[in-house]
Amino acid sequence: MKPTDPRTILIALLCAALILLPLYTGFTGNVFMLTLFTRIIIFALAATSLNLILGYGGMMSFGHAAYLGIGGYAVGILAHEGITSGLVQFPVAVLASALFALVVGSLSLRTRGVYFIMITLAFGQMIYYVAAGLDRYGSDDGLTIYRRSQFGGLIDLSNRTQFYYVCLAVLFACLYLVWRIVNSRFGLVIQGIRSNERRMQAIGFPVYRYRLACFVIAGAMCGLAGALLANHTEFISPSIMYWTRSGDLMVMVILGGIGSLFGPLIGTIAFLALEEVLSGITEYWQIIIGPLLLLVVLFGRGGIDGWLGRLRRG
Amino acid sequence: MLLLEQFLNGLQFGLLLFLLAAGLTLVFGIMDLVNLAHGSLYMLGAYFAATFAAWTGSFLFGAALALVATLIVGMILEIIVFQRLYGRDHLDQVLGTFGLILFFNELVRLIWGPGGLTLSLPSWLSGAVQILPGVYYPAYRLAIIAVALAVALMLYVIVMRTRVGMLIRAGASNREMIGALGININLLFTLVFGLGAALAGLAGLMQAPILTVQIGMGENILILAFVVIVIGGIGSIRGAFAAAVLIGLVDTLGRIFLPDLLRLVLSGTAASSAARALSSMLIYLTMAIVLVVRPEGLFPTTSQR
Repeated sequence: MKPTDPRTILIALLCAALILLPLYTGFTGNVFMLTLFTRIIIFALAATSLNLILGYGGMMSFGHAAYLGIGGYAVGILAHEGITSGLVQFPVAVLASALFALVVGSLSLRTRGVYFIMITLAFGQMIYYVAAGLDRYGSDDGLTIYRRSQFGGLIDLSNRTQFYYVCLAVLFACLYLVWRIVNSRFGLVIQGIRSNERRMQAIGFPVYRYRLACFVIAGAMCGLAGALLANHTEFISPSIMYWTRSGDLMVMVILGGIGSLFGPLIGTIAFLALEEVLSGITEYWQIIIGPLLLLVVLFGRGGIDGWLGRLRRG
Repeated sequence: MLLLEQFLNGLQFGLLLFLLAAGLTLVFGIMDLVNLAHGSLYMLGAYFAATFAAWTGSFLFGAALALVATLIVGMILEIIVFQRLYGRDHLDQVLGTFGLILFFNELVRLIWGPGGLTLSLPSWLSGAVQILPGVYYPAYRLAIIAVALAVALMLYVIVMRTRVGMLIRAGASNREMIGALGININLLFTLVFGLGAALAGLAGLMQAPILTVQIGMGENILILAFVVIVIGGIGSIRGAFAAAVLIGLVDTLGRIFLPDLLRLVLSGTAASSAARALSSMLIYLTMAIVLVVRPEGLFPTTSQR
């Protein structure tokens, strides 16, 4: 990454714009924009966590929305039971997601390829049905969260601007974490396994354990996104982890650029902005986005970030 | 005699799953293609049947037309879209066909509106039949079992006893080789895909009178079909059959008998809510157990890699 590279400049501009956004919305009073971008940032966090296993690890998980749901339900259920402290809710959300990822991962990582896609999909759907069966917590209709997570007066999540900055800070922290992971010895092993599993095994790496660890980290990170999302919508229902949501997350990663650090962020902005624009044009916006997706898959190698990278080479 | 009745319900559901899973597993085994949009074909089959039956005023006529229509839609899809997806990364296939699902759901909403349709049975199928002295069972469900078994048998004969079937099996074990031997693989692929589409359409139209015909109806059952082919071993029709019946029975019997079983251990309300959660998990637990014992499914096809 040379500083004059158009891609670097664009990403730096993007980050600056995200940091400065509340100034703009505060000035114009455009609350909608701030809410939209809070949502975008939370989904970007989920997509980033998926990118860690999908892009760097080559694990095609189609059940990633499950962690979003588990993180969200952890906040929702604790709030419903009267525990509103974020210092309890957030760790529980992360731990519960990590635990579920450990169970799903230890079973599904025994398999490869299409089996893996289908099994993660099936486990994701399983947790969806479990949530839909929680009579005490609203089952299908979902659960309203009356009070956002409390941080003892330190930060006030009910304040839109503060909440936005919390989400942004978490996203940047996780991007940094992913960057550190990917460039560490652990990350290199994970990427080595993606390129040639058999060789890594022959060299003597415990492939299964490395993959599982990576899978659990991604699950925990997505659980964090889920906890933020529950605070954002102040509502949680099983639909948050319906399988199409896992599909959406995959689309965000692919659209932005798989296996690129900022790809998921770019992809999420593109996808959610496109959704916003198209649904403003027609009620039947999915009739446009479906074939568009197909075209991106067929002709758009490397997503938006890949295209930016090609700009430099001319 | 509740047991017999529920057993038949489970069998019927399992056979329906088999129709869906057979198409999926054929397409995967031969073209190495993951097709999420298979559920959309199931949905289209149901919508076509409801529409054509209303036009022609005859259930059978509507069903036959719907079958042909899904076959045609499947072959057109194969030519326009899927031929471009063969040989691509599985991830690309998953995303591309995910896009197709969004497209078809919205298209159906545009054409038929957001409300569901209903398909009513002709009078000769809507009654109940006495299967044992004093035990009655809906005639239509028996008809589904009969049709699905006939189709399964037909599939077996086609795949194991005909020239096309021989090519299909050859294609499943080595795609490049049969191409090199001068077989028109493009035509073979289109035919196999059309067959899979027609099977999905058949499952959809047979399910239509039992449930309402609605958008997204194909998605939940598609995931069950995935579970079925994972348990059966991807690419194996025999495995799909065994796993489909197993899943059908586990799901149906679990939903019926689990609450009673749990009530022996837990109190009333706790048992019923635990049973609801547990019975919806039961098929996935079955899958997990099978995977622990045999990661490649019950009837693994060794040829794939």
